[in-house]
Amino acid sequence: MTHETTTGIDNRKMALWVMIGSECMLFGSLIINYLIQVHQIAGVENPDLIRPAQVINVPVTSLSTFVLLMSSLAMVLSLNGLQHGDIAQFRKWCFGTAGLGAIFLGFQAYEFTEFYWEGLGLTANNFGAAFFLLTGTHGAHVLVGVIWLLIMGGWSYRTSFQSEHHSILLEVAGLYWHFVDVIWIIIFTVVYLFVLAP
Amino acid sequence: MTTGSKSIILSWLTTADHKRIGIMYMVTALFFLVIGGGEALLIRMQLFYPNNDLLVGMKFNAAFTMHGTTMIFLVVMPLNAAFFNYLIPLMIGARDVAFPRLNAFTFWIFLLGGILLHVSFFMGQTPATGWFGYANLSTKHFLPDMGADFWGLSVQILGLSTLIASVNFFVTIINMRAKGMSLFRMPLFVWTTLVTQLLIFLSFPVITIALLMLMFDRTFGTNFFNPDMGGNVVLWQHLFWVFGHPEVYILILPPMGIISEVLPTFSKKPLFGYTVVIYSTCALALMGFTVWAHHMFTVGMGNWTNLVFSMATMMIAVPTGVKIFNWLFTMWGGSIRFTSPMLYAMGFILMFTIGGLTGVMHASPPIDAQHQDSYFVVGHFHYVLIGGAIMGIMAGFHYWFPKMFGKMLSEPLAITQFILLTIGLNMTFMSMHFVGLEGMPRRVFTYSAEQGWTFWNQIATYGAFVQGLGFLLFFYNIWRSLRYGEDASADPWDARTLEWSISSPPPEFNFAVEPIIERTDDFWYKKQKIGARAIEQLTGKEQVSVPKGSYYPFLATLALSLIPVGFLIFTQNQDQYSILLISALGGGLLFYFLVKWAFEPLFEE
Repeated sequence: MTHETTTGIDNRKMALWVMIGSECMLFGSLIINYLIQVHQIAGVENPDLIRPAQVINVPVTSLSTFVLLMSSLAMVLSLNGLQHGDIAQFRKWCFGTAGLGAIFLGFQAYEFTEFYWEGLGLTANNFGAAFFLLTGTHGAHVLVGVIWLLIMGGWSYRTSFQSEHHSILLEVAGLYWHFVDVIWIIIFTVVYLFVLAP
Repeated sequence: MTTGSKSIILSWLTTADHKRIGIMYMVTALFFLVIGGGEALLIRMQLFYPNNDLLVGMKFNAAFTMHGTTMIFLVVMPLNAAFFNYLIPLMIGARDVAFPRLNAFTFWIFLLGGILLHVSFFMGQTPATGWFGYANLSTKHFLPDMGADFWGLSVQILGLSTLIASVNFFVTIINMRAKGMSLFRMPLFVWTTLVTQLLIFLSFPVITIALLMLMFDRTFGTNFFNPDMGGNVVLWQHLFWVFGHPEVYILILPPMGIISEVLPTFSKKPLFGYTVVIYSTCALALMGFTVWAHHMFTVGMGNWTNLVFSMATMMIAVPTGVKIFNWLFTMWGGSIRFTSPMLYAMGFILMFTIGGLTGVMHASPPIDAQHQDSYFVVGHFHYVLIGGAIMGIMAGFHYWFPKMFGKMLSEPLAITQFILLTIGLNMTFMSMHFVGLEGMPRRVFTYSAEQGWTFWNQIATYGAFVQGLGFLLFFYNIWRSLRYGEDASADPWDARTLEWSISSPPPEFNFAVEPIIERTDDFWYKKQKIGARAIEQLTGKEQVSVPKGSYYPFLATLALSLIPVGFLIFTQNQDQYSILLISALGGGLLFYFLVKWAFEPLFEE
């Protein structure tokens, strides 16, 4: 199909690594913006302003973080299955990964509506806006990953799917998935765990 | 190809051939050059007389905004992209880029961004924020019409196009090289392209986020840039320039690569200090990320911050100076042929040095406090952008035109254009330095006679028309050459890089036999050893499979175009969320086409 590459690394895999470099700057900008807005709001004396400590729910999000971390494990098992030609194992864990991602998104939807009812809409203050922009962008990445994995899993029911040729594609999807996971660990630290700091 | 013009149009619409895409980039960029140049002439005409009323107030603001945005995103970047597309696979000995259909997609969304930006003209909602879109000039409160929305969405789409292309070219250069083409045997243009892609994919995400925040402010009522509600306008400046300064290198590095190809060819010497030029290119890229705040010395960041950014900025002169000396030493002792590409390359060195010198001047915060917002700064960056980037691109254009179109340009016409352009740009932009030092602020639409700025402004306007005349000659030259020009041989300049080893224009599959590279300037040495004829015969008749075309890049772009349309309508009816369904529909269709595309085989089965 494609001829061999200079480095021996598949083009699509390398493209995803490059994209990850780019995404680091994307999330970096969002995280810095979030930190600036939180810092700014901390200096404002206004009892009506909703502050991070009032809304951020660390236990619930710890649970959803655990779910997302477990999805990375499922991803590894799925890839392992495909690389060994075990389609059943691949399918089970591929859909499992997507499912765990979907559960994470469910948590996020719950969190967003909860914030909204507590009075922190998108336009309430800049802390809220930066929060929604950052976690919303991450959520959109998770959604893309879920759809990607569902397509991969669904494709395996077609005859055009060959485990020996297409495991590289799952590897690329997995790379993306792990990256989105790692970014969440940083976001979880900055947005959630920093609230616990005195 | 027997059914006439319809199939020709379809074949260009669906093409995945990097050479055709390069030509489409070039034609589109030259079209926008005419528009952007026309805007520049309008601006100069307005400033010809004191108290002139040709183009006043917001109309003037719109003209310089569109001029800046067009020239940067729709002229210089796509002209660079045209060279990347056409030349990179040829120079590294590949048959195509790593992702041919993705390459077509980047062109189509670039075109979409350009069209979207210019639709604002017909709606009477032209952006008037400056190409930098400074908040809070660009926030809803001060600019309630759709201009800034058009600007933001277009730049967002253009940024997406550039980002995708950067991933594609980065992977192509790292992964698609011919046998033996190690990194330190690559032509310098390939190196500067590689570094430029790195700059693009690291800096464009930042403007993506800044534009997203601006869009949220304008469309969804957040207050990131609204100081009344705890927002911060300086944040925009930081985000913009973290992107905007690397952007300067994104514009200038490829032309630097171009002249690093042109100078050795016409001096009949290898590039002096090849590895040093590569290292200084990398140094420039690295430093490009550490100097953004020198655009903000007068914002009030404090002395220490200014000091750090000032020193970092002055250090940029070191790798730049290294390159300039390397280019000079390349010519030193060479047997120089004064062809049009060579003249442009030499013009680049001289003009870019002048622009660089004034650059070092306002790297010093106290001096910058005087220069800030004056015409001195306008003079400076036009020296590096026209005297630098455009000169370099012109060198490349005249150098590679025979390769791309198989016809020679007329040398006398090209040299006349070079003389006109050089005289014109010095008239225009040198005058700007003087009028700037006399205190004329930039972005003002008029001045009074007592201020004493009339003389230099008039010289600048004359100069602009001399440049315009030069470009008329340029377009005439292209037309004449395509019509009556003599056919170009495979290697008309006695050049050094791989693209000259195959016919002009190259066959669709580029290389019949994949080249094997043994050293830097491999083609040159092989010519000395076995003669150019022998190389040319490598272009055999062997049938090589090329990527077949695809409808999906174009269809995906059509679907994508619905997304900004939905947002733009929504900005005017902010209570009707159902309008956003247009965007959602666009997103859905885009998804559908991308999936279809992913499952479409690249080669004929």
